Amino acid sequence: MSVDSRRRPPSAFLMPALVVLLVGTMIYSVTVGRYDLRLLDVLSILWDNLAPGANKSWDAIAETVVEQVRLPRILAAVLIGFGLAISGAALQGLFRNPLVDPGIIGVTAGAGFGGTLAILLGIDGYGLLGIAFAFGIASVAVVKFLASVGGRTSMLTLVLAGVVISAFFSAAISIAKLLADPFQKLPAITYWLMGSIASTNYGDVLLLAVVIVPAATLIYLLRYQINIMSLGEERASALGTPIATVRWAILLATALISAGVVATSGIIGWVGLVMPHVARALVGADHGRVLPVTGLIGAIYLLAVDNIARTATTAEIPLGIITALIGVPVFAVILRRIQTHGGWRSD
Amino acid sequence: MIEIADLAVSRGGRPVLADCTISVPDGGILAVLGANGVGKTTLLLALIGVLRPDAGRCMVEGRSGYVPQLHDVAFSYTVLDIALMGRARHVGLFGAPRRRDYEVVHGFLALMGIDHLAERTFNTLSGGQRQLVMIAQALAGECDVLILDEPCATLDYKNQLVVIELLHRLSREHGITVVFTTHAPQHAVEIASHVLLLNGAGPHRGGPTGEILTADNLTALYDVPIARADFAGGARYTFAPLYGTGAP
Repeated sequence: MSVDSRRRPPSAFLMPALVVLLVGTMIYSVTVGRYDLRLLDVLSILWDNLAPGANKSWDAIAETVVEQVRLPRILAAVLIGFGLAISGAALQGLFRNPLVDPGIIGVTAGAGFGGTLAILLGIDGYGLLGIAFAFGIASVAVVKFLASVGGRTSMLTLVLAGVVISAFFSAAISIAKLLADPFQKLPAITYWLMGSIASTNYGDVLLLAVVIVPAATLIYLLRYQINIMSLGEERASALGTPIATVRWAILLATALISAGVVATSGIIGWVGLVMPHVARALVGADHGRVLPVTGLIGAIYLLAVDNIARTATTAEIPLGIITALIGVPVFAVILRRIQTHGGWRSD
Repeated sequence: MIEIADLAVSRGGRPVLADCTISVPDGGILAVLGANGVGKTTLLLALIGVLRPDAGRCMVEGRSGYVPQLHDVAFSYTVLDIALMGRARHVGLFGAPRRRDYEVVHGFLALMGIDHLAERTFNTLSGGQRQLVMIAQALAGECDVLILDEPCATLDYKNQLVVIELLHRLSREHGITVVFTTHAPQHAVEIASHVLLLNGAGPHRGGPTGEILTADNLTALYDVPIARADFAGGARYTFAPLYGTGAP
């Protein structure tokens, strides 16, 4: 009788376990890198910030490495992984499409172009964030418009519209690169677009926190509405959900997260696509459980990827390259699974 | 109570339905019949307020619950997750279902006889079970009028009976007004107090089942000869098409 009798592990145990794992990975990550640091020294330095003591058993360089180099970078990785994974889960629910993430529906490319334009014009910080956000939200609006026919959004057209918009903005980025000063701005743009958090400072961390924390909170508050939206807009409307409000709130929040990430760290793709699938396998489909779990897993994942990025080779590998190398094969596997299970609906 | 008068509705800019009139009292059951593409679903979408009438009146007294045609859902929600979504009107924009919502939903799952399936994955259920879950979802909104789009379309005879008997029980015991579309006149014969025949060519006919659901009207409706067969001295009857293809 019982086809699917496997019970999900209660998220009551999973959430604390993930939090512990995240904190553990963060502390471990401080010790990883070219400058050798002992775990005990790292813990002492961190503890010293909370409760300043008299005797310091470590040298000043170690303290600078921990507090000024590695800690901001680790905090950035956690925030970015958390934000991208949550926005991916929200967009997948909203578009009832497990193949969606901010990169696929064109937000990232739009924000990337906005960022490039800002660098070209010599704008940085919150100005760059604003321009990236404007182009990010504009590209979602265009994708949504292209994909909707007669009030319905087809899953396939949505992905195709995202491809089209991404291609357009890639071309626009190329034009911007052509126009850029080849000695100063071009290398900056090129390296930045690859996605890296190597030079993150506390200002960047603050910027990330300012956009990601409120946007992720808004998405979490809409968790039950996202469940309903994933039945389709006509259906959600019949159940009494204010579909336009929910849709635009989610699109704005995810565009804001993408713009924040792009503004500080360039284009880091594929995180939002893969993590929600892992979360759903652990806690089922209900977004009330999926969103927090996917955020924590995303944070741990990006932290682990960043550790690889800064230790695998002598020269640092941009983060976006590694997330793409991992994400693309996983995307292919998910695509195959969806096709074989017949889960792809055309409306 | 439902009152539809001279209703005209368009869908996607194309006029689909015109001059449609019927009224059903509280606790009544209306069966809507008609050929494919004649506007049955459009009528239902107008009833639940998703489509606006171009002309005429379309009034539903009380809160309506809608059960669309059966299909898979995008993610592996449990039966409980799906049924809880029916509480949308009772949960705030930023809220999530609370204890009372769970109680109401479990109550309706029990009423459907499927509370033991609550933790099962929706997409792994049989068509009949899924239809009951979708009805539980609509009822979870505590509706007075239940509107169903071809609730028996993909079901076998036994499951059709389960759904039809359930609709009858909801109307008789809980006073819920039911509107459903179907391609089987027998469903209307069994439980409908009123029938609306949506005719592509001629005028639509609506009224009490005994008056409207006749072999002549059905023949005109489907453009196929349809005969009535009586059983048990006329106490029970059914309609069947006589295709006349010349086969033995």
